[in-house]
Amino acid sequence: MVKDNNSHSAEHVLNLRLRVWRQRRGQPGAFEEHALQGVSTSASFLEMMDMLNEKLVRDGKEPFAFDHDCREGICGMCSMTINGMPHGPLPGVTTCQLHMRNFRDGETITVEPWRARAFPVLRDLMVDRSGFDKVIQSGGFISIRAGSAPEANATPVPKDVSDAAMDAAECIGCGACVASCKNGSAMLFVGAKVTHLNLLPQGQPERDRRVLAMVRTMDDAGFGNCTNQGECQAHCPKGITLDVISHLNRDYLGARVKAFFSSTGKVRRGGD
Amino acid sequence: MNLDSKIPSGPLSAKWDTHKAKLRLVNPANRRKYHIIVVGSGLAGAAAASSLGEQGYDVSCFCYQDSPRRAHSIAAQGGINAAKNYQNDGDSVRRLFQDTIKGGDYRAREANVYRLAQLSTAIIDQCVAQGVPFAREYGGLLANRSFGGAQVSRTFYARGQTGQQLLLGAYSSLSRQIGAGTVKMYPRHEMLDLVLVGGHAKGIVTRNLVTGEVRTWSADCVVLCTGGYGNVFYLSTNAQGCNVSATYRSYRRGALFANPCYTQIHPTCIPVHGDDQSKLTLMSESLRNDGRVWVPKNTADSGKDPAQIAEADRDYFLERKYPSYGNLAPRDIASRAAKEACDEGRGVGPEVGGRRLGVYLDFSASIQRLGESVVRERYGNLFDMYENITGENAYRRPMRIYPAVHYTMGGLWVDYNLQSNIPGLFVGGEANFSDHGANRLGASALMQGLADGYFVLPYTVADYLAGVGLSGRPSVEGAEYRDVLAQVNDRVNRLLKNHGKHTARSYHKQLGKIIWDECGMARTRAGLTKAISDIRGLREDFWKNISVPGTGLDVTPELERAGRVADFLEFGELMCRDALIREESCGGHFRTEYQVDGEAKRDDARFAHVAAWQWAGETAEPIRHEEALVYEEAQLSTRSYK
Repeated sequence: MVKDNNSHSAEHVLNLRLRVWRQRRGQPGAFEEHALQGVSTSASFLEMMDMLNEKLVRDGKEPFAFDHDCREGICGMCSMTINGMPHGPLPGVTTCQLHMRNFRDGETITVEPWRARAFPVLRDLMVDRSGFDKVIQSGGFISIRAGSAPEANATPVPKDVSDAAMDAAECIGCGACVASCKNGSAMLFVGAKVTHLNLLPQGQPERDRRVLAMVRTMDDAGFGNCTNQGECQAHCPKGITLDVISHLNRDYLGARVKAFFSSTGKVRRGGD
Repeated sequence: MNLDSKIPSGPLSAKWDTHKAKLRLVNPANRRKYHIIVVGSGLAGAAAASSLGEQGYDVSCFCYQDSPRRAHSIAAQGGINAAKNYQNDGDSVRRLFQDTIKGGDYRAREANVYRLAQLSTAIIDQCVAQGVPFAREYGGLLANRSFGGAQVSRTFYARGQTGQQLLLGAYSSLSRQIGAGTVKMYPRHEMLDLVLVGGHAKGIVTRNLVTGEVRTWSADCVVLCTGGYGNVFYLSTNAQGCNVSATYRSYRRGALFANPCYTQIHPTCIPVHGDDQSKLTLMSESLRNDGRVWVPKNTADSGKDPAQIAEADRDYFLERKYPSYGNLAPRDIASRAAKEACDEGRGVGPEVGGRRLGVYLDFSASIQRLGESVVRERYGNLFDMYENITGENAYRRPMRIYPAVHYTMGGLWVDYNLQSNIPGLFVGGEANFSDHGANRLGASALMQGLADGYFVLPYTVADYLAGVGLSGRPSVEGAEYRDVLAQVNDRVNRLLKNHGKHTARSYHKQLGKIIWDECGMARTRAGLTKAISDIRGLREDFWKNISVPGTGLDVTPELERAGRVADFLEFGELMCRDALIREESCGGHFRTEYQVDGEAKRDDARFAHVAAWQWAGETAEPIRHEEALVYEEAQLSTRSYK
């Protein structure tokens, strides 16, 4: 990274070889090789992909489909595995915030979709992440109807608790955690939401049923389990840490134990 | 055409309560029999869909992204205003109303703005109850900050990611309803047209962006929350997919488009780096709380390292020109001042296309006063983002910023019920025109999206449904649906079978340049007239030479892009036409012919009205209607931040 204080970051031009994944839904895929010249080091990785696609369209060929939207690192839509690493080599950034100054002239760059059983490929670099939505739909919320909220300052929340909830809530739902995990586990994603909501006083009434329902849905959606490798933390563009998985495990265990010993003998809804 | 805004009578502060009491209700047992389509899943759309779902209606919600959680509301950084007066610094509903209406340069509808200020407090309650982790003080209560153009601290925030947290709150409520079965969610679906039956909005046509299937949907009413049209400029802070198609297609079906020339140029964005740039990134306005904006006094210094420019040779132009607001001057004013400094040759940063288009936003004074750790805590994520994009460390050297298109105040015309002139077509959030006039104040967009979605549409949509009754929903097999479907299919096929030689992006870039040059921060009669003819020429060329590879029966991103660009190519002309006829300067609309000492010169006698445009056919010029802006309580005054 350029940290020169005496001049603005110097701009160079790169010539690259690109190996990009091509695949149609339900069919096997393969890499396609393309040469791309004249890529500015100030360009973002997706702007480099735009250049490649423009070239393909001008030649009457189909461009590579990839997911992207805000291009400022917050919507969570972009999802490329670059040289084997979800979101590429730079820690703490999404693909759209990765800039070409992090690559060398003449380099071969391999671009693939997220690789995970629970994220089937829809086309080229696009995958189906609806499993994440299903997990949230099963319990990743606080049940509050519009209009029924109490005065916002009625319940003080200690700043450290609120800050910790915010740390977890920063998750953008991109799926890099799943893509980086050899088990295809979504526990960093699920843990982040459980931690965010279960830390807050507002989240307490549904604390147990939330964690039970979300873990069950996570399993049903085909995500694997956690074996404490930590790849997810290493590739998370938002710095979500393994603590949230500990939190998830602790809350899950607590909820299961409570369900087991509940005086009515009934397992709570959402449990299994 | 009679534009009835349906503003209730009575004092401003009582209008909404009186009106709500008169709105008709739908029996809870009947609600599930009404099908409501909500297009868009941002703050307005997700809030409306979830709230209507909570009431028991049968709701279908559509978005083009792969999940409703990705709508572009997520990118809002700075905060959300609310008249809570937690800081005891003199805030009130009336003051928020006055600031917002003044900020809009007296071109917004008074009753709507007052209601927005009233509803602001309930929004904060709602979001906190959802678990939105707003910033807090050590006592555990909510923190506030002051934000662009406000002299009280009324802005609630969640680090630099307020929009993300509010949207995830709305998304969680929406997800709860999807899980409960009251809302059916259709991600990766794009609305391509609106269907009218008997003059009422009764359905839409969508394209499934994965399978390519184009189909119709029938409903009892349609709610559009499809955002703004900032991408008409090609380069903007909007997400890549943001488009005008849903609102523009509705305009072509008879909905009026109001004030399309009102666009907001945000002063603090990262400058353009080159030709292949696809978007501009906003640096939150909150940075202006602790950063000082300057350029060199002398053009000779503009290429120098900022550290080598002595304090005496720096021009802190916002502090100099607007001493009472200083670096917090409203967006339109701060943007124009930056443009003027660069036009004088005092811009900074690398030359792009032979010009230096940038000004410094300098944190050194704040770092000295507060320490780097405090600045890092407040803005760390923004400084990181800046470094990712530019390769520069803003703790060590001043940031470079330049204005960029950020928000569009214009939109489909709606009445007090947020219903367009087409019965059954409701419009919420940035897609409508009503609350921000000619300029939006910082931290007001989130407030408006959520007010519309949580607290206005759920009441006014019910009133419409109660009025039309249960026999109102036509069959999707009807001729009206088949006709619109055939027209949509024709257009899609025309794009796919053109086999030209130019890409949709190349047309979009050319259009963006025309609009930015002639309908951007400074507009002239000659420039706008030329822009209109240039856009027409470009549009003709587009339909002759556009190339869209693919069959359309699969994921076809070029088809999506081409359809959106085709609509921008028509809409851009409407925007320039609106700017041409509005012979005054107000808010973000600055006509160089109408100014006093470099400040906007409003013409209340001729232009204190909303311009609402009606489509008149492919070849005819659109018809301009006027809704007079009647101010019952606000005093029209010259907006001064000096």
